[in-house]
Amino acid sequence: MSDASNTNRDDLFRGARASRRQAWGVVALLVAALLLWLVFAQWPDWLDAILISKKAFLSAILNGLTLAGLYFLVASGFTLVFGLMRNVNLAHGSLYLLGAYVGYEVADRTGFWLLGVAAGFVIMAVIGLVMQVVVFRRLEGDDLRQTLVTIGISIVAADLMLAVWGGTTYQILVPEWLTGAIKLPVITAYRSNGAAVYLVYPYYRLVVLAIAVVIGIGLWLMLNRTRIGMMIRAGVDDRDMLAASGKNVHLVFAAVFAIGAGLAGFAGVVGGSALSVAPGEDVRYLLASLVVVIVGGMGSVTGAAIGALIIGLAEQIGLVYFPTYGVVITFVIMVVTLSVRPQGIMGKSL
Amino acid sequence: MSMTRRTMLALAVATGLTAPAISIAQAESMKIGVLATFEGAFTVLGEDSERGALTAVQEFGGKAGGNDIEIIRGSSDASPDSAVRAARKLVEQDGVKILVGPLSGDEGIAVKEYAKTQPDVTFLNGSSAAQDTTFRDPAENFFRFSTDGAQWMAGLGTYAYNDKGYKTVATVAEDYSFPYTQVFGFMAEFCKAGGKVPSKSWVPIGNKDYSSVIAAIPDDVDAIYVALGGADAVNFLSQYQQAGGQAPLIGGSITVDQTVLTAKGRLHDILVGTPAAGPTADTNDSPEWKAFVEAYKKQDGAFPSPSLFAHAYYVNMKAALLALDEVKGDLSDGGKKFREVLSNLSFETPTGKVSLDKNRNAIADMFLTEVSEAADGTLLNKLIKVTPQVNQTLGIDEADFRALGKVSRDNPSCP
Amino acid sequence: MSLVETQRTEKLRGSGWRELVTPAHGLLLLFLLVYPAMASDFFLTQIGGYSLILGMIALSLMLLAGYGGMVSLAQITIAGAAAYVIAIFGENNSGVHGFAWPWWVITPMAILFASVLSAAFGWVAVRTEGIYTIMITLAIATACFYFTQQNYALFNGFPGYSGLRAPEVFGLYWRDPVPFYYLCLANAVVAYAAVLYGARSTFGLTLQAVRDNPRRMRAIGYNVTAHKVFAWWLSGLIAGAAGVLLAWFNGRISPGSIAVGPAINILIIAIIGGLRHPVGPFIGAVVVVLIQTFAIDLVGAERFNTLIGLFFLAVVFLSPDGILGLWERVKPRPDRDAWGPGPERSGVRE
Repeated sequence: MSDASNTNRDDLFRGARASRRQAWGVVALLVAALLLWLVFAQWPDWLDAILISKKAFLSAILNGLTLAGLYFLVASGFTLVFGLMRNVNLAHGSLYLLGAYVGYEVADRTGFWLLGVAAGFVIMAVIGLVMQVVVFRRLEGDDLRQTLVTIGISIVAADLMLAVWGGTTYQILVPEWLTGAIKLPVITAYRSNGAAVYLVYPYYRLVVLAIAVVIGIGLWLMLNRTRIGMMIRAGVDDRDMLAASGKNVHLVFAAVFAIGAGLAGFAGVVGGSALSVAPGEDVRYLLASLVVVIVGGMGSVTGAAIGALIIGLAEQIGLVYFPTYGVVITFVIMVVTLSVRPQGIMGKSL
Repeated sequence: MSMTRRTMLALAVATGLTAPAISIAQAESMKIGVLATFEGAFTVLGEDSERGALTAVQEFGGKAGGNDIEIIRGSSDASPDSAVRAARKLVEQDGVKILVGPLSGDEGIAVKEYAKTQPDVTFLNGSSAAQDTTFRDPAENFFRFSTDGAQWMAGLGTYAYNDKGYKTVATVAEDYSFPYTQVFGFMAEFCKAGGKVPSKSWVPIGNKDYSSVIAAIPDDVDAIYVALGGADAVNFLSQYQQAGGQAPLIGGSITVDQTVLTAKGRLHDILVGTPAAGPTADTNDSPEWKAFVEAYKKQDGAFPSPSLFAHAYYVNMKAALLALDEVKGDLSDGGKKFREVLSNLSFETPTGKVSLDKNRNAIADMFLTEVSEAADGTLLNKLIKVTPQVNQTLGIDEADFRALGKVSRDNPSCP
Repeated sequence: MSLVETQRTEKLRGSGWRELVTPAHGLLLLFLLVYPAMASDFFLTQIGGYSLILGMIALSLMLLAGYGGMVSLAQITIAGAAAYVIAIFGENNSGVHGFAWPWWVITPMAILFASVLSAAFGWVAVRTEGIYTIMITLAIATACFYFTQQNYALFNGFPGYSGLRAPEVFGLYWRDPVPFYYLCLANAVVAYAAVLYGARSTFGLTLQAVRDNPRRMRAIGYNVTAHKVFAWWLSGLIAGAAGVLLAWFNGRISPGSIAVGPAINILIIAIIGGLRHPVGPFIGAVVVVLIQTFAIDLVGAERFNTLIGLFFLAVVFLSPDGILGLWERVKPRPDRDAWGPGPERSGVRE
């Protein structure tokens, strides 16, 4: 709990920790070797029998990774806003969905997908800014009311979006140069004539993963290498101290809210291109971000990345291997995390 | 005292409770309740259902049995509880004696249960298509002139095996009762013809990412039977395309309906040629169907072609109006005579003759269709074959059919 | 601030009975008792009974939020758990389970089970503090919803159970309009009185002190976690009793009844009514049920959610204490805070 006791413990366990770190290193190496073998070796029959097929297994892993990328994009904004303002923005899912609709409209009318993506980011960032200035600043320091307001906003937003876009399913069309499937240098099986069957994977999904990684690195650089990032981190650690040090807290808050909302809108367009856009997606991505952030640790971008990886993989593996209770698995992970480490994997102790 | 004031407020709110209860004016008009999903994700379908019902009302000039018809709308959000609540309001507060609805499967079962407690009110199904609404433990005053989800599949299994030559088929469907019923209807025929279904994937409702499910489908099946609706269907199809899926598809009744065929996206190539079956077909050439489509299109906001929801509400509403004319609008005996007329009613619908079996479930023609491209580039369900007068036991002897048991994830099975 | 509060509440100690026996309460009770004479069957059960049931569930939330500072979104889940116990061990016509045990066995069993489940939720939730509770309970509620929807062996999956019947005792069928109304009324009155009285008990005052300053209470030697978990258990009793009534009211229970929408609905009821006094949730329930039932005749059901969302937003913005607060604002009095701080003003952020 308190810092003093932590330091004492650190001293006591420093020796034990070093050897424990070595042990973890060995485990990590073994796991990596096993994964490499799973990817490149020709699977024996008994393994196929357990894991359905190499294709199914590797696809689930890849899909888990790309889904994790999407979850990270949504959850990173959520966690930043929470960490800085203690504001649980339950309208975050609405930003995702609205961003997707906006992206669809822009991409559809102009014919440029990238323009749609940009519009999703910019317009949601502006809306986030407006929300912060008009709504949350007025209720500053009143966490519960802020949260209640976001619930109200999400209810109204969902209904209005239904009124405008109806219950139809929209698909944001990805430009030609991003479509199609590519052959990965991984052999999943051999045909009876001896020809190798390679793993085929949608190109766009790999792009989603790459985008998430780039954004993640970008966020990390911004937080650790720029002035505003420093201020944000200072604010996450101690909001009152930051305000006392004479910095313009409102500017920082507004910037973070804009970035968070913009990322949600961005994820909406990117995700809406990979999957689809329909009513109900707002709640789905809100819940996903909640679980990712609870598991990863509130307020931590690294935590959001780790949480997204765990939840994305668990969801896809669950879907293939335990379809009936697949949806429950992510929540089980959450409850287990809560009871073992209430602040989340990377969260600061409460 | 704050206490006093607070409690006085409660009192003030409470008195509001009695005001509307003064009396229900007994008007001359004939009140008919229409219960559909006017809120939530199925709003679009609910609105189209209402168009169907109104098409029937207009066909009768807004009159039945000499009285003006007054339509009172009841709204659910597709959950059984909200359907029952809306039905209660229509019956107990608005005083309707005839109710048409609800829209979805489990709502239907819930409203059927409620019907048992209101023996003087006559319930006609909307588009709800669960088997058990009428097949097991039916209600005396619940009538279904539309058909159930297993009936809708009539002809498809045989067609897939004999004409298309598919010997093994994998199924992908949502994990709840309506898709169970559809898979049951398909497999009942397909397995009987000699086909095998080695793999069945039940996907939780609301799942959007099917790519892992697709990867887990065995490579050596001849085709994939897909019973998903709306957004789920669109997601599955586009991801199947993205993954470079090769096996041809077979569709459930709502997998390739207008909501999916008109979805904004690039599904065109993968959908063309997909066989499916259901209670309607877009390219039905019969004059009755064409007249129905014309009448339907006069409604506000109508689709290019009526959805099967609009069709089902139309048929049920029309049955109610025909029977009302027959009894000259007389429901004074608690609707006994009216229900007797309904039970024996047999009439021509836009999709052929409809009559009821002893459980008050429809026997009607079913349509085997294939997705094809119209001249203007839009996708349509082209009529391939009509399966005449399909009954609820799919032509199987009732005792044998009952022995097949309730539909579920594992029933039927022919790996 | 909290010291002042404690002194003030201390002054009120022991006045529990006097709070209950007031002319206004008498008048209200009299009205509710003669209500069946003037209301139609529909208004008696569908409006009166249903409002009382939802009011009780919202009351269980008010108990946690108002006195304990813990805003839970899992109250409908707890009520649903009781309803499922009634369905599984009592009679149902879904052909699954339905052991048809007598009502005097299953009713206490259902309420007890709900309260224990509630305590378990509480135990997980109180590991974190303040605003986290709202996220964690939302996630727990969703997990339970998915689980009941997917599990057929115990919960009969998506369709759930139907054909639940209230008992016939003393020659009365307790689902008939008049007996059912009085049954709901009796339960609601007991719950209401218990909360009002309990708030002035030693436990009630300690709980409020824990809400205002957990750190100090811990330092004085109180077991903060135990007090909070006990509050969860108590709220589970109320929600459980309401859940049993809900099962008899609907005659059925399915996952749809405990989904995210209904969970948020309970919060809306409590907030609209006001969290400052136990009568608030009931006022909120009446208002919401009336809107829900008659919106279709007034504005059409299509934009019903916008209506309720805007109403909710207006309440949160204009009158943080709900309709109760609005009422008091009309006639401002110097001793408005006599009931102690509402949760929105207390140290949720401690």
